[in-house]
Amino acid sequence: MFDGMTAETLARMQFAFTVSFHIIFPAFSIGVASFLAVLNGLWLQTRDDTYLTLFNYWKKIFAVAFGMGVVSGIVMSYQFGTNWSVFSDKTGPVLGPLMAYEVLSAFFLEAGFLGIMLFGRERVGDKLHMFATAMVAFGTLMSATWILSVNSWMQTPAGYSINDLGQFVPEDWWQIVFNPSFPYRLVHMVLAAYLTTALVVGGVGGLHLLRNRTDAPARRMFSMAMWMLIVVAPLQILAGDLHGINTLEHQPAKVMAMEGHYESHPDGAPLILFGIPNPGEKRIDYALQIPQVSSLILKHEWGASLDGLDTIPDENEPPVSIVFWSFRVMVGLGFAMLGLGAWAAWRRYRGRLYDTPMLHRAAMVMGPTGFVAVLAGWITTEVGRQPFTVYGLLRTGDSLAPVAAPAVAASLLAFILVYFFVFGAGTFYLLRMMNKPAGTVHLGLKDGPIRTAGITPIMQTDSDAVPGE
Amino acid sequence: MFELSFIWAGIIAFAVLTYVILDGFDLGVGILFPLADGEREKAMMMNSVAPIWDGNETWLVMGGGGLFAVFPLAYSVVMPALYMPIILMLLALIFRGVAFEYRWRTERWKPIWDIAFFGGSIVAAFMQGIALGALVQGIEVADRAYAGGWWDWLSLFSILTGLAVVVGYALLGATWIILKTEGSLQRQMQNLAWWLGVGTLGFIGIVSIMTPFQDPEYFSRWLNLPGSIFSVLIPGAVLAAAWALFTGLNAGKDGQPFLAAISIFVLCFIGIGISFYPNIVPPSLTIAEAAAPDKSLRFALVGTVVLVPMILAYTAYAYWVFRGKIDPAEGYH
Repeated sequence: MFDGMTAETLARMQFAFTVSFHIIFPAFSIGVASFLAVLNGLWLQTRDDTYLTLFNYWKKIFAVAFGMGVVSGIVMSYQFGTNWSVFSDKTGPVLGPLMAYEVLSAFFLEAGFLGIMLFGRERVGDKLHMFATAMVAFGTLMSATWILSVNSWMQTPAGYSINDLGQFVPEDWWQIVFNPSFPYRLVHMVLAAYLTTALVVGGVGGLHLLRNRTDAPARRMFSMAMWMLIVVAPLQILAGDLHGINTLEHQPAKVMAMEGHYESHPDGAPLILFGIPNPGEKRIDYALQIPQVSSLILKHEWGASLDGLDTIPDENEPPVSIVFWSFRVMVGLGFAMLGLGAWAAWRRYRGRLYDTPMLHRAAMVMGPTGFVAVLAGWITTEVGRQPFTVYGLLRTGDSLAPVAAPAVAASLLAFILVYFFVFGAGTFYLLRMMNKPAGTVHLGLKDGPIRTAGITPIMQTDSDAVPGE
Repeated sequence: MFELSFIWAGIIAFAVLTYVILDGFDLGVGILFPLADGEREKAMMMNSVAPIWDGNETWLVMGGGGLFAVFPLAYSVVMPALYMPIILMLLALIFRGVAFEYRWRTERWKPIWDIAFFGGSIVAAFMQGIALGALVQGIEVADRAYAGGWWDWLSLFSILTGLAVVVGYALLGATWIILKTEGSLQRQMQNLAWWLGVGTLGFIGIVSIMTPFQDPEYFSRWLNLPGSIFSVLIPGAVLAAAWALFTGLNAGKDGQPFLAAISIFVLCFIGIGISFYPNIVPPSLTIAEAAAPDKSLRFALVGTVVLVPMILAYTAYAYWVFRGKIDPAEGYH
C-alpha cells in the first residue's frame, strides 16, 4: 500500500492523519464545554428546566466527544518522539515546557473535574457541580492557549538562541509564549471552536424543529446557536483578516500560496477568487480575479505592492495547490456561516425564527461545516508552513527520527484502520444521540424505576440503546 | 546532587510512579473485566473507575510530556527505540478509553466494546511492561540518537517484565475492586487476589534475579557494598508488604490489600531506580547529559511546584467525592 515512499513522506502522512482526526474533537469540545457551563449557570439562575434538560443532553454528547479527544491526543503527545525525534531533541528545551504546562494547567484540570461534572451533581451539590463544570470549560481554553502557543512558535519563532548542538535554547520566555502570531492564532482558533459548536447545536436544533416546532429544548438550542452565529461569525472574519496581515508580515510565502500569487505585483495585486493552480508552469490557470483587492485586503491599501513566489527560492516554496484550495474552502464556509446567522437574525426580527423550515433545513446542512472549515484552516496554516517544521530554521526533512519506512508504514496503516473503526463508531453514536429529541432523554440511572429483580438497572435504563438492534 | 536536572528526574519518577499505581489499578480492572458475572457486575467494575480513569491516564501524558520538556534527548532516544511497543500501547489505550462511553450506547455492539475494554487494558499493560524491560536491558545510543535495531526491545527478559506488569496490574485491580464492592464480586476478587499476589511475587523474584545480569553495572550495584544493603532491605520490605497483602485478604479487610499491593509497586519502583541511577537511559545516557538547559528546567519547575500540589489536592478531592462502595444503580448513562 505504501510501497516506494520514504520514511519522511510516511511520517508526514501519519502526523497529518492523526492530527487532522485529533483537531476535530478539541474544536468541538472547547465550544461544548463553554456551552455546558453557560447552560448550567442559566439553570442555576433561572431554574428553568429547559436549561437543565439541554445540559444533560449535551453533557452526554460532550462525554463521547471528549473521550475521543483524549485518546487521540495521547497519540499526538508521543508521536513527536516516535517519528520526529530529531525535532524533539532540538526544540524540546523551548517547546517541551510549554507542553508540560498544557498538561499541568489544562489536562489535569479537565480530567479531574470531568468525573464530577458527569457523575457528581448529586454527590457535591449544585454549586460545586457548577464549579466543576466551569473548571472543565476553563481547562479546554487553557489547553488551547498552550498548544497554540507551541504551534505559533513553530510558525513564528521568537525568544530563542541556537546552541552548538543545534538545539533551540530559550532566552526570553515571554517572547516565546507570546510570539508574534500567537494572539491572532489563539483568537482565530477559539472563535472557530465556538462557531463549530454553534453550527452543530443549531443543526441539531433545526432537525428537531423540523419534526416538532413546539419542542421547547429544540427552540432554545436553535435560538442560542443562531445568536452565537450572528455574533461570532463577523468577529471571526475580522480576526481572520488580522491574522492574514500578521501572516504576511512573518510568513509571506504562506500568504503568496494562499492567494495564488506566483508573480510579484508591484502596482497592486488582484484577488483571485477561483482558478486552478498550475505548479509546473507556476501560474494560476483560468483565474477569475478582481483587480487590486488582494492588496486592499492584505495591506488595507489600494495599489500596494505585493511580492510573489518568484521572490522565494524554489526549495522554500510551500505546496501551492493544497494551500490555495484549503484557504478558499475555509473562507467560503466562513461567509456561508455569516449568511446563515444573518438569515436567522432576520427571521427572528420578523418573529418567525421557529416557523421557517427552510432555515432549519439550512442549519442542518451547515451543521458539520464548522469541522470542515477548521480542517481547511488547519491545512492552510500547516501546509503553508512547509518545507519547515520551525519556520525558516528547521526543515521538515531534518526533523525526522531514525525510523525505517516499513515501521512507519505499518503504524500508519494501523492508525488508519483503528481510527476509522473507533472514531467511525463514535461518530455514529454521536449522530444517533443527536437524532433524539432532548426532552425525552433519561437523565441517569436513578431516574429510571427499578421494577423487577430480573431486569438489571443498567439494561433497563440504557436509553441510548435501540432495543432489538 | 541538588542540581535542577536531579530534581526533575525525581519529579518525572514521581509522575511515572503515580501513573503506574493509578492507571495500574484501572487497567487491572479492565484485565479482570471478563471475569465479571453478568451485566450488573460488569457495570459495577466499570463504574468503579469511570469517574477517575481519565485523570489517572493524564499522568502518562505528564510522564511523556515531562520527559520531552526537561530531558528532550532521553525522549528522542527512547521513543524510536520503543517504537512498536509504544504505538501498540497507544492503539490499545484508544480502544480502552472509548469503551467507557461506547458500551452504553449500543446493545448489538456491546460485546465488541467489552472486548475492546479488556483487550485494550491487557495489551496496554503488557506493552508498558515490555517497554520497562527494554529500558532496563539497555538502549544503544550514538550521536544523540537511537542506534539499535527495530526488534531490540523484544527479548525473553522484556516478555517476562511484560507479563509481570500484567499480573501486577491485575493484582492492583483486584484489590481496588475489593475496596469498592461487596458481595459475591468482592469474594471472587479476594480469592483471585491471593493467586495474583503469588504470581506477582513470583515474577518480581524472577525479574529481580535476572536484572543484575542485564548489565555489569547493575551486578556490582546490587551485589557489592554499599548497594548490597539495598539488596537486603528492598526484598525484605517487599516480603513485609506481601505479608500485609495476604493477612489483609485472609482477614477480609477492605483497604489493606489495596495499600499493600501499592506498596509492592512502590518498592519495585525504588529497586528499578537503584539499578538506573544516575542514568536516565541505561547504559550510557545520564540524567545530567539528557537534561535541557537550566533555563528550560527552571521555567518548567516554577509552575510545577505550584501546580502539582494543586493537582494532587483536587485529584484527592475527586476520589473523596466518589468514595465508598459502588452503588450498582448509579451512573449517568
